[in-house]
Amino acid sequence: MNVMPLTTTMADEDDAIVRLKDIRRSFGTVEALRGISLALKPGRALALVGESGCGKTTCARIVARLDAPTSGTMAFRGADVTQAGGRADEKTRRRAIQMVFQDPFASLNPVFSVYHHLARPLLLHGHAKNGGEAKAAVARLLADVGLDADVTARKFPHELSGGQRQRVNIARALAVGPDVLVADEPTSMLDVSIRLDILELLARIKRERNLAMLYITHDIATAAHIAEEVVVMFAGQMVEWGETSAVICNPRHPYTQLLLSAVPDPDRPFVPGQSARFLAHADDVRRKSRPASDNVEEVTVNHFVRALGQTPA
Amino acid sequence: MSDALLEIRNLNVDYLLDDGAFRAVNDVSFEVRRGELFGLAGESGCGKSTIAYAITRLSKPPAWVAGGEILLDGQNLLKMPEASLQNVRWRRIGMVFQSAMNSLNPLMRVEAQFFDVLRKHTGATRPQARARAEEMFRLVGIPINRLDDYPHQFSGGMRQRIVIAICLALKPELIIMDEPTTALDVVVQREILEQLVDLQRNLGFSVLFITHDLHLMAQLCHRIGVMLKGQLVEVGDTQQISRAPEHDYTRKLWGAIPQLPSSVRSLGVVE
Repeated sequence: MNVMPLTTTMADEDDAIVRLKDIRRSFGTVEALRGISLALKPGRALALVGESGCGKTTCARIVARLDAPTSGTMAFRGADVTQAGGRADEKTRRRAIQMVFQDPFASLNPVFSVYHHLARPLLLHGHAKNGGEAKAAVARLLADVGLDADVTARKFPHELSGGQRQRVNIARALAVGPDVLVADEPTSMLDVSIRLDILELLARIKRERNLAMLYITHDIATAAHIAEEVVVMFAGQMVEWGETSAVICNPRHPYTQLLLSAVPDPDRPFVPGQSARFLAHADDVRRKSRPASDNVEEVTVNHFVRALGQTPA
Repeated sequence: MSDALLEIRNLNVDYLLDDGAFRAVNDVSFEVRRGELFGLAGESGCGKSTIAYAITRLSKPPAWVAGGEILLDGQNLLKMPEASLQNVRWRRIGMVFQSAMNSLNPLMRVEAQFFDVLRKHTGATRPQARARAEEMFRLVGIPINRLDDYPHQFSGGMRQRIVIAICLALKPELIIMDEPTTALDVVVQREILEQLVDLQRNLGFSVLFITHDLHLMAQLCHRIGVMLKGQLVEVGDTQQISRAPEHDYTRKLWGAIPQLPSSVRSLGVVE
């Protein structure tokens, strides 16, 4: 077995905009993150996949600087930004790193129009000098996310569908001209038929604007759809990561295999009488995947898997 | 007696608006047979949840059942006096909704919530309720000592299983499940639904399973109905709906779901 230092992940070149090294975050006695190391690069999406409580949202919040790690470092364009800098620095980074949240209903202010939601960041960050400029910029943003600019700008959040709201949220995030977009389960509250549209929108803006994207999800199928690289997390550890096709076509870690086996597949109907077996299997995989382990094996170029740790007796 | 447990005939449900009525459910007819898992698929706003509420007559204004019949064992629920309906809701028709796991009372131990439901609907005593609760916990695979815990001490998936257990404790003939696992991750979703398939097989109840995820539905339902803008556009066996859909919209719904590349699916992932 090839033992890799924890910080070696995702081919260590220097084109990363954001690089996390051995990030740990504890809440009281709970270790939410146990050594996360990853790099976000322009024009590429990295998907963080795992069950609820695995630490993926905590990780997203640290990247978006809504939370600080207990230990480890975060570099932004090569500079260590783990400790919050001065106000000016912080404003630059807030502009550079934007977030799209899961709930399209809760993340827009119900008393303000779509225009207000988009014009405010434009004016605050100096991307528009006056009302006229803001108006034109809002129209461009709305068109860019596939909304009818004239009609939508005047509307209030309650007048929009979930999918339209999520488009407005994406436009709001784009308004300040970010380099990094953190999308936390942006499609999980939407209908299946709208999910694909939103994923394709995210993929397009990533390409057109050369954005680095961190995509958080529990749905490995959507991750496969949008991300060049995937990190599978369990109980705060990265258990398997690398190029998306390598990880999903050749999953090595039992938890990755479990995740893939649970993706709904109409060609594999549930067989009655098997539930006890599946539940026991899932419990067993969770129990085995939990212990900490420093043993990381490189399966192929840019495909890593963590060996199982010692299970407490 | 036919083998239909629930028959919906020409159901119309309107939402009353300032400028007239919006027909949310338009002339919908289908049946759920005894011991059948029947799936109702469609996007948000297609009327599938409106039907779920209409069946138990829980539609609230501005929703208004404008016509049709809903027959449970031949009895029209829409004509039943409110008092008799109390013996149908939960006793004969159980309901599990997407947010059901948040409907547990945070201030009551789970055991007390079983007692609450069983006393109200069956007049059970505390020891009887306890025994039934233990039986149900065994059925859904939660250790019985956890009956004394509060809801916040359980994960989301376990809370959803507890709601299903409370629902099953009353031995309903039909369970309506509206997006019961949409808020949960895929592994937990599969755990719950595999369990549902086994429970259904062992206990023989019928299920009306509502979701927008056609892939998931095809894994467990025997027959599937597809709704579009208030109308049922296609009903058929799962095989037919998945292999030879007749309606354009059904084909579109299949195509709209993000899925793994087929090379991955054909690996027959290790289990």
